Amino acid sequence: MKSNWLLSAALAATALTFVASPAAAATKFEFWYGLSGDLSERIQDMCKTFNESQSDYEIVCVSQDNYDNNLQNTIAAFRANKQPTVTQIFDAGTLDLMLSDAFVPVRQLMEENGYKIDWANYFAGVGSYYSTSTGELLSMPFNSSTAQIYYNTDALAKVGFEGIPETWSQVEDVARKMKAAGYDCPVAFDPAGAWQWFEQFEAIHNQPIATLGNGFSGLNAEMVVSKGKFVDQLTWIKKMYDEGLFVHKSKDAGETANDAFVNGKCQITSSSVADHGTFGKQAKEGVHWTNAMLPMLDGFERHNSFVGGASLWTLKGKSAEEYKGAAAFYNFLATPEQTQWWSTVTGYIPVTNSGFEAMKAAGFYDAAPYKGRELAIKSLTMPAGENTRGIRLGNYASIRAEMVKTIQSVLFNNVPVQQALEEFDAKGNEILRRFEATYAGKNLL
Amino acid sequence: MERRAYYRNGWMPWLLLAPQLILVLVFFYWPTTQALYWAFSLEQPWGGGNTWVGFDNFLAIFRDREYWGTVLRSAFYAIVSTGLSMAVALTLAAFVDRSLKGTRIFQSIYVWPYAIAAPAAGVAFRFIFAPESGLIGSVNQIWPGIWDPATNGIHALAMVIVCHAWLGIGYNFIFFLAALQMIPRSISEAGAMDGARPFQRLIDLQLPLIAPTAFFLLIMNLISSFTDSFGLIDVMTEGGPIGQTEVMVYKIYFDGFKGLDYSGAAAQSIVLMLLVIGLTFVQFKWVERRVHYN
Repeated sequence: MKSNWLLSAALAATALTFVASPAAAATKFEFWYGLSGDLSERIQDMCKTFNESQSDYEIVCVSQDNYDNNLQNTIAAFRANKQPTVTQIFDAGTLDLMLSDAFVPVRQLMEENGYKIDWANYFAGVGSYYSTSTGELLSMPFNSSTAQIYYNTDALAKVGFEGIPETWSQVEDVARKMKAAGYDCPVAFDPAGAWQWFEQFEAIHNQPIATLGNGFSGLNAEMVVSKGKFVDQLTWIKKMYDEGLFVHKSKDAGETANDAFVNGKCQITSSSVADHGTFGKQAKEGVHWTNAMLPMLDGFERHNSFVGGASLWTLKGKSAEEYKGAAAFYNFLATPEQTQWWSTVTGYIPVTNSGFEAMKAAGFYDAAPYKGRELAIKSLTMPAGENTRGIRLGNYASIRAEMVKTIQSVLFNNVPVQQALEEFDAKGNEILRRFEATYAGKNLL
Repeated sequence: MERRAYYRNGWMPWLLLAPQLILVLVFFYWPTTQALYWAFSLEQPWGGGNTWVGFDNFLAIFRDREYWGTVLRSAFYAIVSTGLSMAVALTLAAFVDRSLKGTRIFQSIYVWPYAIAAPAAGVAFRFIFAPESGLIGSVNQIWPGIWDPATNGIHALAMVIVCHAWLGIGYNFIFFLAALQMIPRSISEAGAMDGARPFQRLIDLQLPLIAPTAFFLLIMNLISSFTDSFGLIDVMTEGGPIGQTEVMVYKIYFDGFKGLDYSGAAAQSIVLMLLVIGLTFVQFKWVERRVHYN
């Protein structure tokens, strides 16, 4: 019985491979990505469209569930020489890959395969995160986002606030009035959101997280968070938390900050613009909301926020034919139709000026449910500063985890802010020095 | 006379052993050697290079205050979860052994938790203990803020330990019950005739007689709490809040797979391995002497 079953399974599998590859001449290559659920299905649609649009190449798209898994599996595969041609790597994994000599720079790939891409067309804030310090783009920007703040407009109206708060002191004022008006949870806060509450704060205020332009000009950068404006900001967050104006919401507490917002329990939250679409779908009956650029401290000039999300890297060790396929795929992604389709079905933003202009001209941003997403692009294209190119720090996932712990220890265990951030810097420096030693003799591109 | 079977040709036993040997070599010794090598060098995650650094990785983790925190936390976790799990299992087994009403049903029911995978149990317990919505969380409606594993590290650690202990109860129970039922009835009955109450018979008669089983379970539970706690913690707390549920095995995972510090993680796993080996050795050397097998 069992052998019969195995036999038929084997036959079915063989039959499937024959059916699945009608054009035997097409060059197959793999693309691994770290998204799941709805987003994964959209990528499968994208791959299908690409395969149907031409007959020379066949892309095989494999979901690895999440960014971390995809990074780990890609590394394991690369070490066993079984790597995919294209892989999607998130911001915190960028530097290791950059120093690894395991990839083909996207600019070189496109040139060698005869594609002319206008690299200046990419938003500076997007391109700089994935470029060398001299501005050469190493990976293909793919799913890009940035942080936004979301307000419940009914709650704003109820406390009589005209327009949208643009500074943190206005947020404090609004939150206090909301509390007085009987809202239990004015602002939903999750320390795990260090990306929006800490990193993006540093970016738009052009505050350094580390020296040397956040590590862009050398592996010997040092952490300087405890010497900057974030000390005041975290002190303020602690004050707001103690007054019950910021309320802790997380997966562990039973409800995430975003869920609390769409359910109308909390009136303000901060999250990625990629959640704009999700909020639109999930917002409870009667919950009206809007998004805005992150608030500023009084008296600061706004700079560009960091791009979030991930980019596509082409890995070494593949055949020339496979590289041709990868280049064709990138070229396909850069077409205006694909750019618009991808931004429409996901919350991610277009990454090129022309793509954005075309969508704007077509009236994409004029009405719900897409109205408001243009603010993310506005935020990304603000004037650049020394500390707004991105974060080029080694083992950054560990440093980010340390920041989450730091915020938690200030909020929950009353550790003094200055002391907590000094410890954070010290810890971060240890991680950076270790990283520097691991890559001894290598230089940043 | 002892009877023995001999193989005429020398390679036959090796051939029969081969599948097992290959498995052990490939899945245990080979990765361990790799980890050992990484622990003494700095390994680049993408495999671009490797520099020998001697004991630097070990010195770095021993200098780290947070690392010692995870060591102490692991020890606490091991002792409390083992103690809790074995005590509850023994109590249940003692009751079932006394053939109280409904014993047959309980005998099967108590084993069930062991069949549940740790991450699945973790998800269930996370909901039960969630401060805002869970079953246990409802105490917050009577006394606000009394239970909050999301912000209070002690609560979070207690939650994980309780879940771990609960998962082990079934396994411990079955072993204890089997051991209790192996004891000849006459011994217990003799004790009863001399006027010993059930509790006293448990302490004075049954416990010493099941000591080998208890010893075996002690080792198994301690080792399991050092290594199997990962699945639970990853699902329930991810080491938080403020890293207060970060045990040794979780830190290894985080530093290695998320932080991409392969060498630091390798050094930590070597330390953990030595610790588990040492613990087992100590137990066999000293604790076992006090256990009588006959």
